[in-house]
Amino acid sequence: MARVLVGVKRVIDYAVKIRVKPDKKGVVTDGVKHSMNPFDEIAVEEAVRMKEKKIASEIIAVSCGPAQSQEVIRTALAMGVDKGIHVEIPAAEYETLQPIHVSKILAKIAEKEKIDLIIVGKQAIDDDSNQTAQMTAAVLDWPQATFASHIEKGDKELTVKREVDGGMETIKCKIPAVISADLRLNEPRYATLPNIMKAKKKPIAKMTPKDLGVDISPRIEIVSVEDPPVRQPGVILPDVDALVGKLKEGGHI
Amino acid sequence: MIRSFAADGLKRFASIRCFSSTPDFTKNNYNVQRGGYQSLEEDHIKYFQTLLGENRLVMDLSDLEQYNVDWFKHYRGNSKLVLKPKTTEEVSKILSYCNKNKLAVCPQGGNTGVVGGQVPVFDEIIISMALMNQIESVDEHLGVLVCQSGCILENLDNELEKKGFMMPLDLGAKGSCHIGGNVSTNAGGLRLLRYGNMHGNVLGLEAVKANGEIIDLMSSLKKDNTGFHLKHLFIGSEGTLGVVTKVAIQCAVRPKSINLAFLGLQSFPKVLKTFMQAKQDLGEILSAMEVMDSATMDFVKDKLKVESPIGEYPFYLVIETSGSNDEHDADKLHKFLETTLIKHFALNGTVATEPSKVKEMWQIRERIPDSFVKDDYVFLYDVTLPIPDYFTLVDDVRDHLGSKGKVFGFGHLGDGNLHIQVAVDKYTHEIKDFIEDYMYSRVVELKGSISAEHGIGFAKIKYLEKIKDKNALIFMRQMKRLMDPNGILNPYKLIFEQH
Repeated sequence: MARVLVGVKRVIDYAVKIRVKPDKKGVVTDGVKHSMNPFDEIAVEEAVRMKEKKIASEIIAVSCGPAQSQEVIRTALAMGVDKGIHVEIPAAEYETLQPIHVSKILAKIAEKEKIDLIIVGKQAIDDDSNQTAQMTAAVLDWPQATFASHIEKGDKELTVKREVDGGMETIKCKIPAVISADLRLNEPRYATLPNIMKAKKKPIAKMTPKDLGVDISPRIEIVSVEDPPVRQPGVILPDVDALVGKLKEGGHI
Repeated sequence: MIRSFAADGLKRFASIRCFSSTPDFTKNNYNVQRGGYQSLEEDHIKYFQTLLGENRLVMDLSDLEQYNVDWFKHYRGNSKLVLKPKTTEEVSKILSYCNKNKLAVCPQGGNTGVVGGQVPVFDEIIISMALMNQIESVDEHLGVLVCQSGCILENLDNELEKKGFMMPLDLGAKGSCHIGGNVSTNAGGLRLLRYGNMHGNVLGLEAVKANGEIIDLMSSLKKDNTGFHLKHLFIGSEGTLGVVTKVAIQCAVRPKSINLAFLGLQSFPKVLKTFMQAKQDLGEILSAMEVMDSATMDFVKDKLKVESPIGEYPFYLVIETSGSNDEHDADKLHKFLETTLIKHFALNGTVATEPSKVKEMWQIRERIPDSFVKDDYVFLYDVTLPIPDYFTLVDDVRDHLGSKGKVFGFGHLGDGNLHIQVAVDKYTHEIKDFIEDYMYSRVVELKGSISAEHGIGFAKIKYLEKIKDKNALIFMRQMKRLMDPNGILNPYKLIFEQH
């Protein structure tokens, strides 16, 4: 059975209206509702299903970030993950944390915990980088199966269906491997109350990038963050009759 | 025949509304006589064209469909003309003219009413408030919104969000319904439990009487005891005493923290215990308490593939909290939920604190009416019952129906307001009478109300006669005659006399 590592990121909830900070150096996060990155939820769900099918033995969830990142680890634990690791990164340094850093952190943890499978969401909805899975595989020199929409685990190998621009691609790769979860891989469960209560007792280990020997000095500088230009709303109409109807309705013709 | 639905008005509903062809005309389906009103003539049309301009009259047959037929496709009028005023003065001139010329009118908002009060029965001229959609002001100190009555509820809420406020009512039809319609029907909705009803939230309004007189009762003041409180006459009068043109609404501060719990329960007694516990433990942060039975979830799963997030249970509760402090609310909610599990009130549940998850879970409850327009014909009823008897009616009606139909109930448990439905394969007058004669007399026996929030409209007139105090009925008729001697305002609705 495989030991699985799942990466989960705390992001601003997708139903929240994003506002740019007055100093234009970032977006407002104080007092704003956050949640687990939706693709990471799918990754967690896949790992939990593997455990239920007895394909996975233990699942560990990792999150990198300031203290609040523990919230998403708790959510993962409530969904069925066994234990959590919080890699604590102070808020200032978190601003410039990039997939290049996270991938090295995940790689080091994977080595320490003797992980066989790393599953992460294909991208985070705040930065849309879509790099962490790929970079982690490169650091570890492991095969990667990205944009997974279906996973079958054999004894020593994985068969993964990938959703790519050209269509559906099916690949086989050896284990250990890195997988990134795409939208149609599964539908994540709601954590039920008994599990939420149980999760409070599950352990979350704390460590720093230094403990893992990973240098997280910034490799980018945020110059400015601005609102996109305001778009005038357009309406797509099915046919000319609808167009005429709409014009009449608005009192234009 | 091409059906041109107002795309913005009906949003997601438009694609679902295809379960059956247009109903037959109401005048053919029901035993109603047309009143002695004038019929529309060239001179009348010329007057309206001069007043509003050609663009704001609708006379094309295919365009008229969406105004003549209600959302649930139970009623169909035969109006030949829709007028679309933009100002109170235009409404006043229209009514004054119609009153002088004995032309009957049907005021219409978003056309989302459930009892046929908003569509014509014969050829009443429809006055659509759709173009009276201007927001005048939002007072940031008082949280008072002043706007024309044709504003769509959801649009108002979106505007208020920018200033940190929210509308004090919320209903499934919010993407289409007008605030004027909400006021005229004294709409209830999901959050009445917390924010009260329209009588409390309407600080002032402006309405036009049948003879065109404008009654200005606009006020943004919380306290104003100067004379009879006339605005309350218009609230809930369903367009029969006047046309509401402007409103001043007391809005609520938009809560920073909204949480939702979805529970699965074994029996109704357990539902009640959970409800009582919630009132104690959640107290001031409780903002909604909705219940569904398993028959409802089965029906919704069958028609829309929407499922319970926690598996199947005999009863479900959706409990919402709204407050100003995340930690405080989450703490209270989690303690309450632990209590319900430990005391074995609830068998299972889940909780959401993130806006996206809260929205997802609310959808499960809010989409229930979408399932009604799918295949079967669904009779829908809206009653208030003493809370301990909330599901008694559902059980009794189910026994009464036997295999003739599927009965299911859900609704605003917190207000004792039950939405009870009977789904049948095909509509017949016989089955309708079979259901309603029993249902309404049982509601009366249980000491409830035959119409909690939907109103009387066209659908429930004959039952109003049966259940209301005789003197009250006389008094209502006197009021109607006083305010509308020619009976032109929304005839055949609520409390009507043949003219």
